[in-house]
Amino acid sequence: MAKYLLLKHYRGGPTPIRDVPMDQWTPDEVHNHIQYMDDFATRLEASGEYVEGQALSPDGTFVRYDGEGRPPVTDGPFAETKDLIAGWMVIDVDSYDRAVELAGELSAAPGVGGEPLHEWLELRPFLGEAPTVTE
Amino acid sequence: MTDRTQTGAEVLRALTPGVIGVLLRRGADFASAEDAVQEAMVEALTGWPSGEPRDPRGWLVTVAWRKFVDAARSESARRGRELRSYVERELGPVADEDDTLSLYFLCAHPSLTPTSAVALTLRAVGGLTTRQIAAAYLVPETTMAQRISRAKRTIAEHRLDRPGDLSVVLRVLYLVFNEGYSGDVDLVAEAIRLTRRLAAGTDEPEVHGLLALMLLHHARRTARTRPDGSLVTLADQDRRLWNVALIAEGVDILQAALARDRIGEYQAQAAIAALHADAPDTAQTDWPQIVDWYDELLRLTDSPVVRLNRAVAVGEADGAQAGLAALSAVDPGTPRFAAASAHLQEKAGDLSSATRLYAEAAAAATNLAERDHLTLQAARLRQQLIG
Repeated sequence: MAKYLLLKHYRGGPTPIRDVPMDQWTPDEVHNHIQYMDDFATRLEASGEYVEGQALSPDGTFVRYDGEGRPPVTDGPFAETKDLIAGWMVIDVDSYDRAVELAGELSAAPGVGGEPLHEWLELRPFLGEAPTVTE
Repeated sequence: MTDRTQTGAEVLRALTPGVIGVLLRRGADFASAEDAVQEAMVEALTGWPSGEPRDPRGWLVTVAWRKFVDAARSESARRGRELRSYVERELGPVADEDDTLSLYFLCAHPSLTPTSAVALTLRAVGGLTTRQIAAAYLVPETTMAQRISRAKRTIAEHRLDRPGDLSVVLRVLYLVFNEGYSGDVDLVAEAIRLTRRLAAGTDEPEVHGLLALMLLHHARRTARTRPDGSLVTLADQDRRLWNVALIAEGVDILQAALARDRIGEYQAQAAIAALHADAPDTAQTDWPQIVDWYDELLRLTDSPVVRLNRAVAVGEADGAQAGLAALSAVDPGTPRFAAASAHLQEKAGDLSSATRLYAEAAAAATNLAERDHLTLQAARLRQQLIG
């Protein structure tokens, strides 16, 4: 019973195994990729392990406080940001091993030529509740 | 909490396993019976605000049976099959047998993952709704519903009439207790209620040991966190806030269990909690006896977590150096290893090591309250070093 975040990066992970940008895929390849992701989520819902998933626009704005009575300062978007998050899925599973297994399956989503993408996904555990018994 | 007036919802929840049992004895299968009772529960929770019927159990049995028959009818219509005979069966009086114990075993069947067993136990034995369980574990209701139906499919081929594995049942109840609570259902209280009920039906000392353990820890609940949710360690707790009645009950239950002379890990853990409960402060705690109980616990279950906790107790009983020596035999990969090292190093007077280790422990913490607590310890020591 632990929640994990599966984080999909546009950039920032280890060097990709296959690196053809998605806009250069055929429509069928794109469709199959999206279908795989949807099926994966549906499968996790059926196994009682799905919590939520979201995709993010790549256009991020940096915002910070600029002092009393002044509007926040904004900056960006930065085309060269090293780490760019594409989206995430949250899962609730029995063990770390199970989380790794599922991340591995998601990373096999098909890309060019229907071949598995071998995409790097980042797996991050949620901080949970403090346990009742600690001694 | 024993003499607290039960609310309507609590009365209903307590009736759940018995009503499932009635449906099973009338020939329903477990999965359908459990679904029907859940539907009746939801109807009762939403439809009873004007006052509950005089015989809530009779009402639940009638409504759940009707739901079961309706479901069986539409299922047979869908499959174009004859309706099974039980639907038209003459219904006899409702026998007062208690199937609760076998339901505990079924819901904590060893073929289930811990997560599934917890969910199923809370629904079928605890009488909670899927929505409440989902809220407590912060997952969508559909996910929890799937988790429960999947669990029911897994145990579908197992019969109710064989004794199950009690240690798995206890593990499931302990998990519910230890994972704390969120949402509108207090899972700690729920775990105690379910363990209390199990203890009422069995003499097994470990069941009573677990109940004692829960009561002794629950007794400290108010003292364990500040109003802002931050953690207060045992040494710093205001012991006047401890619930004396719960401690007394826990100690009584534990003593009766220990007298049966069949020691187990929950009794040993409860004995450690009882020794803490008995002390006015950490200085006057009987640490040598606590170390003895950790040794006993190690004989029962050789776990690195127990070794770690034992090293901390040795640090109190025989001084920081002895504690550090005991810790050096523990696998550094054990959860909270850095936190225990930091505590012992601080006690030994090596503040710079302790500071570094508290920061390391904060980075390794698996929950926010602990991380904040450890970060504060690191910050406090760093100020002391500068000051």
